[in-house]
Amino acid sequence: MKTILSRPVYGTLSPQAGSSHLLVADAEGASAILDLARQAPEGFFASAHIMFIPGRSGERFQQSLKALKPAQYYEGPSVAAALPRLKWTLANAHMGLRIYLAGTEGLIGQMMLAATEAGIDHASIQTEQRGSLARRMQCVHCKGITENVTTQPATCSHCGLLLLVRDHYSRRIAAFQGVCINAEDPTEIPQKEEIFR
Amino acid sequence: MGINFRQETFRDDFSFKNSPEQVRRFPFPFNEDAYMYAVNIEPHVPGPRNSVFEHLIDVDEHYISEMQDRAMVLAEDPLRCQSLPHMTLAGWDLLELLMVEKAKSYPEHFTLTRDGDRWRWINRPLGIDDTFTFGDVSTLPYGPMEYITRQSQGDFAILDQRDGNLWMDAGTVTTQADWSLDFDIGMNFFEWHAPVPLAHEKGIFTRALKFLTNIQQGQPARRLNWTMTINPRLDTSPENFHKWGSDRLTVTPENVGDKVHLRVELQSFWRLPRSNTLVFPIRCYLIKMDELVAQPKWARRFHRVLRDLPVELADYKGLTRYRPTVVEWLSKYDDGAPTSPGFSPD
Repeated sequence: MKTILSRPVYGTLSPQAGSSHLLVADAEGASAILDLARQAPEGFFASAHIMFIPGRSGERFQQSLKALKPAQYYEGPSVAAALPRLKWTLANAHMGLRIYLAGTEGLIGQMMLAATEAGIDHASIQTEQRGSLARRMQCVHCKGITENVTTQPATCSHCGLLLLVRDHYSRRIAAFQGVCINAEDPTEIPQKEEIFR
Repeated sequence: MGINFRQETFRDDFSFKNSPEQVRRFPFPFNEDAYMYAVNIEPHVPGPRNSVFEHLIDVDEHYISEMQDRAMVLAEDPLRCQSLPHMTLAGWDLLELLMVEKAKSYPEHFTLTRDGDRWRWINRPLGIDDTFTFGDVSTLPYGPMEYITRQSQGDFAILDQRDGNLWMDAGTVTTQADWSLDFDIGMNFFEWHAPVPLAHEKGIFTRALKFLTNIQQGQPARRLNWTMTINPRLDTSPENFHKWGSDRLTVTPENVGDKVHLRVELQSFWRLPRSNTLVFPIRCYLIKMDELVAQPKWARRFHRVLRDLPVELADYKGLTRYRPTVVEWLSKYDDGAPTSPGFSPD
């Protein structure tokens, strides 16, 4: 896939040497944790904290994740709801904590931002994209953030402008940039296509 | 002899225009009849009298009006001026550079008196006379970068250098060619240039970064870049694109001469002494097509450049809708005669 250099590059989760492990996933991201578990050394999950946001995956992954017997298991309804717990965990973390993020770019980006704000180098964090390709988008005009954008173009949920969802990505905002697609001629209304599935 | 400052606008009634002297000193950016990206960087040394390179920091007849336009932009949208917390020292570096250069080049307009850390700055065109303590933010009405960039034409991006890369960590950006400081702040050199087509594949940014990270204090460099703007609008920000984008539909064969502008950026690159950061002043010069074609060589050459510009570049620069109309209009000024090498008019 053709991409641009501001776009994050994701890898494949693999167990790292560390004293404790924080694994955060949404929806199909859970399957990346399960894949990691197959290569994990004995005792890995005894010092692990799993935070899971099921989203569209419903009840598919909870049993398997709990079966890994992590020291702490959390399930939450949204990234926003999970962030206070994540920030507390990061603020109280000791040296040797390893972070693994898996799932949608929206989840990875926001959790990554919280981690870098806590002083963790973004390059030390393991990431893997799985599941929906939905994007988190910032409107360059009103600055509002629209979650779970699946169409091109997309409507800003704040100001209502029709936006071209660019590949240009800001780690600091954890979002792609949306720019008015019909600013030159507002009477042109391009058809929305579902392309970020 | 001082500068004869014009009172004019870059919005609403768009009363901006260039005096004949200002047209002659316009930094025409094409040294041949075609354009493609290149790492066209050269030492930023003082140039000929009555050129924009005569002084390293150029102040021209549009100064007061440009500063009034900047104040309006910042009142509407304070996010156009941002500095990450570790960049305050770089802001003081920039304040020193701009005050020293302005006072040296234009003593009739600017005076800087330094007694240790106690500095007095007089800016006569803007009616400013401030005494402050260098390094003490509480003695200025704004942070040091904002204070001095409210008194300096052009945008300013300040780049922190670490890990072999440059990071856009502070800036004042109100006259930009369609990029957002608020979105790009904190990005590295490759990330903030990511949307530019063709140049990455040509290795332009890799070579440019290598050059820029080696810039030494006292040895600034410069390059020219260009685009086009409909109406003499300085604030062509993405933030306001939904307000100005429709200007591009208003070009007709009758109004090309007055409405269509070549927009040239004089980008210079300076190492700052205390912070070891780099500052990029990005100075914008506008010229109407009517003013440009007064120089027959520029008219012929710009016609050929615009006509032959690759489609990707025309799209990226936002010229697509009105390019045919402008090329047709310019063709009347191109008799096919050869043009002489170099930038300057014949």
